[in-house]
Amino acid sequence: MSNEWNPDEERLLDAPTVRPYVIARGRTDAPDRFDLISLAVTIRPATGNEIGLDPEHVAIVRLCRRPLSVAEIAAHMDLPAGIVRVLLNDLFDRGFVAVQQPQPEMDVLDERMYKAVLDGLRAL
Amino acid sequence: MVSGRSDHPKMPTAIKLLIAGGFGVGKTTMVGSVSEIRPLRTEETLTNRSVGVDDLSGVEAKSTTTVAMDFGRISIGDDFMLYLFGTPGQERFWFVWDELARGALGAVVLADTRRLADCFPSVDYFERRGTPFIVAVNCFDGAPRFELDEVKLALNLGPEVPVLLCDARRRDSGKEVLITLVQHAYGRRPNAVA
Ligand SMILES: Nc1nc2c(ncn2[C@@H]2O[C@H](COP(=O)(O)OP(=O)(O)OP(=O)(O)O)[C@@H](O)[C@H]2O)c(=O)[nH]1
Ligand SMILES: [Mg+2]
Repeated sequence: MSNEWNPDEERLLDAPTVRPYVIARGRTDAPDRFDLISLAVTIRPATGNEIGLDPEHVAIVRLCRRPLSVAEIAAHMDLPAGIVRVLLNDLFDRGFVAVQQPQPEMDVLDERMYKAVLDGLRAL
Repeated sequence: MVSGRSDHPKMPTAIKLLIAGGFGVGKTTMVGSVSEIRPLRTEETLTNRSVGVDDLSGVEAKSTTTVAMDFGRISIGDDFMLYLFGTPGQERFWFVWDELARGALGAVVLADTRRLADCFPSVDYFERRGTPFIVAVNCFDGAPRFELDEVKLALNLGPEVPVLLCDARRRDSGKEVLITLVQHAYGRRPNAVA
C-alpha cells in the first residue's frame, strides 16, 4: 500500500536559519488563492542553479515530487504557511509547480466522492 | 491563474475535516490515531473577525493571529486525500477564524463528560455556519458515563446530529468516528434529496 509512512518524507530539511520574513523578501501579501490543503506538485525539476530561486524554493521543488498540501510543505520546512504560499506562488509563476485548489464548498462534492471516501475509510 | 487539470499529472482531490472541542479533549490524539503520517504542525496566520467588543466606532476591527494547528492525512487510493485538522484548543475564540472552516466537508466535536460545556462554542459555531458535524464523546478513564441521549439533551442538539462514544487513542474508534461524520455529511449535502 502506498499509505505506508514514508521515512523519506519525514526527514526534515535543513532548518532555515533565516527568518521567514527574509526568505519571503519582506512580502507578506501571500496570495489567498492557496488554501492550506491546496496541493502542489513539481512539474519541472530545479537544479539549484536557477537565478532567483532561493534554497527554500529548491527545497519545495524537491519535496513536491509527490503532491503535497501547503500545510505539509510548511510543516516539513518548519515555515509558517503564509511564507510557503509566497514561495509557491513564485514557483507557480515560473512553471516549476502546478497547484490544485481544493474543491469549493457546495460544489462537486458529489455522490461518487462520498462513496469512495466511505469505502476508503472502511478499508483502513 | 491556478493551472488546470490538463497540464500536469492527475492530482488527488484534497478534503478537509476538522476535529474541534475544548482544551485537552483529545483532538491531537485522535488526529494521530487515524493519520497515516505522524501528526504535523503548521503555523497559520488567520484573520480575526471582530467579536464585537471594544469597538464602538462601528468599523469592523480586523486583526490577525498566528495559531498552530496539528494535522494528519489519510490517502484514499490515488484519488482523495483527507486532511484532518485539530482546531487550536488553547484559543478560546478559534471559531472566529472562518478560514479554518471554509471548505471543510464536516467536523467532529469532541466532548469530555467532565467538562461538557467546553464544547458549546464549537457546537454553536458549526450549527450557525451550517457545517455538518457530529459529536464524539471521548471516554476518559473515571469520567462520568452519560447516556448518549443525555449528552444530546445537554448540548441541545438537533435530532439529526449523530452522537457516539469514542476512544481517541484507538485507531478503530477514530475510524468509526470519521465514517459516521462522512455518512452524516453525505446525507446533509446540498443536493441531497431530503
Ligand atoms: N484516558 C484517555 N486519555 C486520553 C484520551 N484521549 C486523549 N487522552 C489524553 O488526554 C491528553 C490531552 O489529549 P490531546 O490529544 O493533547 O488533547 P487536545 O484536544 O489536542 O489538546 P489541546 O490541543 O491542548 O487543546 C493527553 O494526555 C492524551 O493522552 C482518551 O480517550 N482516554
Ligand atoms: Mg492538540
